[in-house]
Amino acid sequence: MEWEAVIGLEIHTQLSTKSKIFSGSSTAFGAEPNTQACAVDLAMPGMLPVLNEEAVRMAVMFGLAIEAEIGKRSVFDRKNYFYPDLPKGYQTSQFEFPIVGRGHVEIQLEDGTNKQIGVTRAHLEEDAGKSLHEDFHGMTGIDLNRAGTPLLEIVSEPDMRSAKEAVAYLRKIHSIVTYLGICDGNMAEGSMRCDCNVSVRPKGQKEFGTRTEIKNVNSFRFVERAINSEIQRQIEILEDGGRVIQETRLYDADKNETRSMRSKEFANDYRYFPCPDLLPVVIGDDYIEAIRQSLPELPEQKRQRFSEQYGLSDYDASVLSASRAMADYFERVAEVAGDAKLAANWVMVELSRLLNQNNLEIEQSPIPAEHLGQLIQRIRDNTISGKIAKQVFEDMWNGEGSPDHIIETKGLKQVTDTGAIEAVVDEIIAKNPAQVEQYRAADEDRRKKLIGFFVGQTMKASQGKANPQQVNEVLKKKLEG
Amino acid sequence: MHTKTAAEISQDLQAGKYTSVEITQVFLQRIKQIDSSLNSYITVSEEQALEQAKAADARRAAGNAGPLTGVPFAHKDIFCTDGIRTTCASRMLENFVPPYNSTVAQKLLDAGAVCLGKTNMDEFAMGSSNETSYFGAVKNPWELSRVSGGSSGGSAAAVAARLTPFATGTDTGGSIRQPAAFCGLTGLKPTYGRVSRLGVVAFASSLDQAGPMARTAEDAALMLQAMAGFDPKDSTCAERDVPDYLAALNQPLDGLRIGLPKEYFGADLDPAMADLIQAAIKELEALGAQVQEISLPNTALSVPAYYVIAPAEASANLSRFDGVRYGYRCENPTNLDDLYMRTRAEGFGDEVKRRILIGTYALSAGYYDAYYRKAQQIRRLIRDDFVKALESVDVILSPTTPGTAFNLNAMSADPVSMYLADLFTIPVNLAGLPAISMPAGLIDGLPAGLQLVGNYFEEARLLNIAHQFQQRTQWHTLAPQGVPV
Repeated sequence: MEWEAVIGLEIHTQLSTKSKIFSGSSTAFGAEPNTQACAVDLAMPGMLPVLNEEAVRMAVMFGLAIEAEIGKRSVFDRKNYFYPDLPKGYQTSQFEFPIVGRGHVEIQLEDGTNKQIGVTRAHLEEDAGKSLHEDFHGMTGIDLNRAGTPLLEIVSEPDMRSAKEAVAYLRKIHSIVTYLGICDGNMAEGSMRCDCNVSVRPKGQKEFGTRTEIKNVNSFRFVERAINSEIQRQIEILEDGGRVIQETRLYDADKNETRSMRSKEFANDYRYFPCPDLLPVVIGDDYIEAIRQSLPELPEQKRQRFSEQYGLSDYDASVLSASRAMADYFERVAEVAGDAKLAANWVMVELSRLLNQNNLEIEQSPIPAEHLGQLIQRIRDNTISGKIAKQVFEDMWNGEGSPDHIIETKGLKQVTDTGAIEAVVDEIIAKNPAQVEQYRAADEDRRKKLIGFFVGQTMKASQGKANPQQVNEVLKKKLEG
Repeated sequence: MHTKTAAEISQDLQAGKYTSVEITQVFLQRIKQIDSSLNSYITVSEEQALEQAKAADARRAAGNAGPLTGVPFAHKDIFCTDGIRTTCASRMLENFVPPYNSTVAQKLLDAGAVCLGKTNMDEFAMGSSNETSYFGAVKNPWELSRVSGGSSGGSAAAVAARLTPFATGTDTGGSIRQPAAFCGLTGLKPTYGRVSRLGVVAFASSLDQAGPMARTAEDAALMLQAMAGFDPKDSTCAERDVPDYLAALNQPLDGLRIGLPKEYFGADLDPAMADLIQAAIKELEALGAQVQEISLPNTALSVPAYYVIAPAEASANLSRFDGVRYGYRCENPTNLDDLYMRTRAEGFGDEVKRRILIGTYALSAGYYDAYYRKAQQIRRLIRDDFVKALESVDVILSPTTPGTAFNLNAMSADPVSMYLADLFTIPVNLAGLPAISMPAGLIDGLPAGLQLVGNYFEEARLLNIAHQFQQRTQWHTLAPQGVPV
């Protein structure tokens, strides 16, 4: 039987506010445990939340970017459950009245067509702390630095039909929130985490199959692999005549499989009710309009501009605008290089190759955009050849510094001094009398082929530094003259 | 000295008749002598009190004393006090010392008032008799076999026994007004949002409100003046100016329109209480007030609605007491569930557990609409009743409680009867309105209270009426008989 997967994602996006959603503590990542947790975050007796307006503004930005309805009256609710890293014993979230209602985004499929993915809602909530199970014999350590960090939970419709589509959607959301500057998009640090709802059904069937939820997947690659392994698991169960159980599962990246975390029978009753410590958030049209006016260029707009302003192909423009980090990197390279098409080539071919090989995102590129731009400049002003440039590029990747520094210290500067080139050419001619004889006896067509030998020898002798065009000219003159 | 009101002490300190240290020592001494028979204080912070008194005297010498500078008072043990144990009368917080002040505590500290200590209360303010305290019941200074009322029963007993001139209280369903009535005091529950809740251990967040408990309306005005005001750290606190409560006290009552809800004066009202209220009304009429009957048709629904909403909020508010970060933790937990279950089973008393269970039930999947949502709808109806009634009258008058202080242990086996006795006070919290209880006479030697409910933020009017009434009557000056005064 042919099976079809049905996938929906819940993406938890940490908003990059300076302070927490309900307290004045810093949200910076990586501080000593519990140094960024105040009395409110610790849920000390009598402490009260005060909403951070910046989180509201960021949520509205996101809503406008996905053309969603904005909740003009949104309400914070308490989601009750006990866990040691949840200090109040409830998470303040939004249940019945979220700040962002129904919206949508477009993703590009592999065949080049576009598909619309619905966003059901996006709501504001606070992050929990972290439980640290290592380093404490028989005990658990609690770090509340993260507790109270604002999250925007973005819930999609079950509109995706493959792991690839799910990843494309996640990338799209990633690109929107980073474009908006409302999230740093750093998945390794947990700034974006994803719950994947997965079910399968016989192709053509209308009803959904029973779904499972894979919790807390934190990289694009793992999302794809987790969903694929879950789809496979469910198909195998169904083909064996079994039934999929509705449950929460965890993805084990080492084994590339999902395993059961808790079944629905043990699911919490969260007993949501409106938080009496917070007033409903009422926002007016003026507020929304002001945010709309201040929205930065979004991926789609940037793609169009890239193709018009720089004359890039549709494909190149969409790759280079896929993330704000990529777009910013490319534009910086192009600006320094003074040639957008060359810049696009170097970013998409050489740089992307090494990034992919090393599983790095553009933000983690060891080569700063300025350096790549300077390298292209050196090609353009004939300081080095394209071939030498690739060598310099490798050195830059390996952390040897700026292109000028590498060219200088390694003596890679192209030789354009005609006298020096003539000296090398004379030496080659003198060393190879037979080939010279052959060349001189040949007709025009054959000479074009034979000259390659002398060019190669000359370049080799100059360690690639001689200007190839000049080498050609000098050789012709000497061989024929 | 100990029988003086706060206003009198304030004048004496200003006149230099004695120092703050002297008057503070008088009260500290008195607490030592008398409180063992009342149990009104959980913690007496003698050392800090004397330091504060010294600082107050220095401040006065420097010429920047305010009206409360150097005047002693006591805090209900629900207000977090920096460096002073705050227990909420629970084993859960038996040894909890907050590293911060509640806004109310900070404001009173800034005013220079001297905190003598922390008063007893029902555990987490859940109760109407002060019998649910982990630190034992409080006795009524009028008759030691009787309850002081609750939940601010320690504050009430301490003020009535002259162990402090006045005290703070909190009122979620009557917890200031009912003990004030039982102990012959003037107690004001301000409009919801008038006084900051920051640092006040939460019982039911949408109902809790802090207020003053004193012998006279004048003292209550003095104290409210220092307690009230906008706090940007409490999102439900009202951003509006605080009027001059003292200045409003002497306004005449000519033309004051008083409404009597017919639902409160039914056939089941105790005749002695009915007579007492009628006599008080005569006094108010003599002061220029006019009385008319009004209707609050949804009154009967208020206690059931309250006992869904308050426990629901409480069930979440008390989840933070889990033994993880502070407060009581059970011995040698074997795993996480064991830690939670035994910490909370051992740390909370029966009434608190009862309300957590009720609230958890009311919010559970499948019951939410029938209980919580329905209760919120009723709450709106009750508020609408009051808003409508207050279009035709200025204040609404009733007894504060159906009867006077009952005997210790008389009601503790029957919580529902005790809940139902709060029928006059609870609707006011549901509506978020301000209300005052003032002494209106004695029934069989025990004080009875009269409640006035005003419109939103009309605390000044309520204090004004109570003050005028107290200019004509002596009930508020009577001393209790159970302890030497």
